[in-house]
Amino acid sequence: MKRFMTLLVLSLSVPIAAQTGLPPAPYADRQLDDPKQEAVASDLMEELRCLKCQSQSIADSNAPMAGDMRSQVRERIAAGETPEEVRNWLIERYGNWVTYDPPIASAVTWPLWFAPIILLLAALWLARGRFRKSRGDE
Amino acid sequence: MNRWLLWLPLVLFGLFFGAVAIGLMMPKDNIIESKMVGKPMPEFALPAANEQRPALASADLFGGKPTLLNIFASWCMPCIAEAPQLLELQRAGVEINAIASRDTPEDIANFLNRWGNPYTRIGTDTTSKVQLELGSSGVPETFVIDGNGIIVHQHIGDIREEDVAKLIELLEEAG
Repeated sequence: MKRFMTLLVLSLSVPIAAQTGLPPAPYADRQLDDPKQEAVASDLMEELRCLKCQSQSIADSNAPMAGDMRSQVRERIAAGETPEEVRNWLIERYGNWVTYDPPIASAVTWPLWFAPIILLLAALWLARGRFRKSRGDE
Repeated sequence: MNRWLLWLPLVLFGLFFGAVAIGLMMPKDNIIESKMVGKPMPEFALPAANEQRPALASADLFGGKPTLLNIFASWCMPCIAEAPQLLELQRAGVEINAIASRDTPEDIANFLNRWGNPYTRIGTDTTSKVQLELGSSGVPETFVIDGNGIIVHQHIGDIREEDVAKLIELLEEAG
């Protein structure tokens, strides 16, 4: 009896205060029928940043807005857009901030890519004198 | 010369320490501004949110007169806080259109009956489609649009008392 009551209570319970009363967008949590397109879309979703919970990708986030973004990504991929077109569509609206794989050419990101190479070259140049000296001692 | 060079590591450490201290003490700026400011309004046509006001399409914003486009939701607390300021703007003769974000017709009606309805038209955006088109990342947000449909300003967050004068000024400049 107790178990039955527990089940009854659980089955009747609803969340008290969901953030919005609406169901998620059509493709927020539903995979595309074509597995190839779904793979492309989910790879892209891993690299797009959630606008609400800013340290998560839209694939990881359960914010309603992230669901809406996932749905947009899937719908656009299903309509034949390439992942780069979808990414650029978002960059046009939110800036490079929205992608975890920003373009190298941007003024802010190029030091990220090239600083290690420059530092390594500088270190080699500094160490060059030492190697030469030790060889001379022999 | 070499004696001065001796201090270089300490100076570098000081710079590093300063950078970390600034990063820790200054709150991170989490506001993502729309890159659509300065660009024309993207094309959209949203159905009416409920029977209180007509539907909203992008063509309604090309009327030759600057307007405000407010994004709100009945489930959004700061939207209640900005309601008096929106009514004040409406009384000042500003045309305000709205996009209701992820909302139901009943909840929108309750919200407007309780906190006032300063809107000319209200479109309902149940899957954030138009919000994403606009580069908007939350509610409430308010866009200033000039008469030709160009977005001239994005106000992120609720409109406070002190923001009203600035918005009116922006609307006059856009006219």
